[in-house]
Amino acid sequence: MALIRARGLVKRFGDFTAVDGIDVEVRAGEAFGFLGPNGAGKSSTMRMIGCVSPPSDGELSILGLDPRRDGPAIRARLGVCPQLDNLDAELSVRENLTTYARFFGIPRKVARRRADELLDFVQLSERADAKVEPLSGGMKRRLTIARALVNEPEIVLLDEPTTGLDPQARHLVWERLFRLKQQGVTLVLTTHYMDEAEQLCDRLVVMDGGRIVAEGSPRALIERYSTREVVELRFAAESQEPFAAKLTGVGERVEVLPDRVLVYAADGDEAVAEVQRRALAPAGVLVRRSSLEDVFLHLTGRTLVD
Amino acid sequence: MVSLVLPRLLAPGGPARRSATMIERNVATLRGAYWIVVASGLLEPVLYLLSIGVGVGALIGDLTLADGRVVRYAEFVAPAMLASSAMTGALAETTFNFFGKMKYQKLYDGILATPVRPIEIALGELVWAMLRGTIYAAAFLALMIAMDLTTPARALAALAATVLVGFTFGALGMALSTFMKSWQDFDLISSVQFALFLFSGTFVPATAYPAVLQWVVEVTPLYRAVHLIRALTLGGVTWTNVIDVLYLLVLLALGLVAAGRRMGKLLLS
Repeated sequence: MALIRARGLVKRFGDFTAVDGIDVEVRAGEAFGFLGPNGAGKSSTMRMIGCVSPPSDGELSILGLDPRRDGPAIRARLGVCPQLDNLDAELSVRENLTTYARFFGIPRKVARRRADELLDFVQLSERADAKVEPLSGGMKRRLTIARALVNEPEIVLLDEPTTGLDPQARHLVWERLFRLKQQGVTLVLTTHYMDEAEQLCDRLVVMDGGRIVAEGSPRALIERYSTREVVELRFAAESQEPFAAKLTGVGERVEVLPDRVLVYAADGDEAVAEVQRRALAPAGVLVRRSSLEDVFLHLTGRTLVD
Repeated sequence: MVSLVLPRLLAPGGPARRSATMIERNVATLRGAYWIVVASGLLEPVLYLLSIGVGVGALIGDLTLADGRVVRYAEFVAPAMLASSAMTGALAETTFNFFGKMKYQKLYDGILATPVRPIEIALGELVWAMLRGTIYAAAFLALMIAMDLTTPARALAALAATVLVGFTFGALGMALSTFMKSWQDFDLISSVQFALFLFSGTFVPATAYPAVLQWVVEVTPLYRAVHLIRALTLGGVTWTNVIDVLYLLVLLALGLVAAGRRMGKLLLS
């Protein structure tokens, strides 16, 4: 059964179209990702799903309900971890959870018990009585995630859950999210980190300019939009451009970057052997497996959009 | 409008409970420092009463009211101080504090991800603001009784009126705050507030102004509040006080609905 179902979903802000007619279906128990560069429309989509932003056009159904009519009833069953932490700076760590629980109508006693359990889950029990402000970015994010779980939601929405966190903090967040997934909670997240998408998502859509440009599991996307392996060649020259022409026919596709040339090939070693046969002698050679990042850059381009 | 909105708000288990949770959140934030702020708000009307009501009053002597009764100047000024402090208390909470919570703390963004609706937040914050105003009013009325400026029975009636005044100004302040872009814009509210405080029949009866000005003064909300509360603390309630009550109720409903709508527009875009 689809927990979230969008058909031709559109979000406009004045003349600007942030989400331009997307079809999405999220099934119970899966981890679903929205991948895309900044401005792709990921957050706007998440806000519509979170019932805090009315769709401009199209159909949207969440938990079988209509967000335009049943906003409060849907929100009661969602957990939301926004991109920017909006914790209550005037309350302590524990109070942030107990007070938030009250907004869902959860009895005080239950709220207190759940707060303690969740603080334990996100490893913040020792800071329970601390103020929120002095907490590190990673701790704040964990607390925000704990807050999103206080109503035992069926779907948890996470907008860029690890952006701005250091590697340790990211891994801790991933591990907690993975445990949630194991418990059967449906996760919907946005990210522009490929490793995050590969780690967490069963299925994802790649968004660019408000549209969905690709859809599938991380593995399926790599198979469809990239090759099995990528060879990175660095030539000791001002410009890498002249070498590209000489690489025609090596691998399936060649891409020139300012500092290196990428050769997309099913067999990287075979491609390297061909490069040597052509006596091109690059200064550096690296054969690696193709990643979601290659898919992403292929689909959304390397131009910086901000 | 009230008859449309109120029954829905007061439905058991739903909106009223969620608004109450907003108050619960504010109670949880109470720390020592907050009480200093509350205490300072209480001090202001007392200082005005003592310096102007009693001090300047000693120079002015007694005052003859429109209905011919003669009262001490302090008796005349005290209810006006009460009405203004109800306004100040409610506005402090619904302008500066509300704006800070909405725009900078992003407090309501988090809350709106729960089943709570903007109008429920507005109502919760409003009741909270009114509670603060009521604390000021009760303390001030106790002082008035002690200074023999009113009687306990009249003070009780005046307290109820003060709650209404607090509610009305709170709703207006909240609605205005949703139109504010930055802290500088609040200087405007402060200026208007101070002008109201000076010219709403507070220190001088409105009849002392030229006819046109008097008319302007009499349509301002603080004038209606002073007019109502003065009639209650001094005695001598007339049908014109019914107009005061209706006027304040209408402003209250307009302010609350406007605040809820604007919040929805700003936060649920």
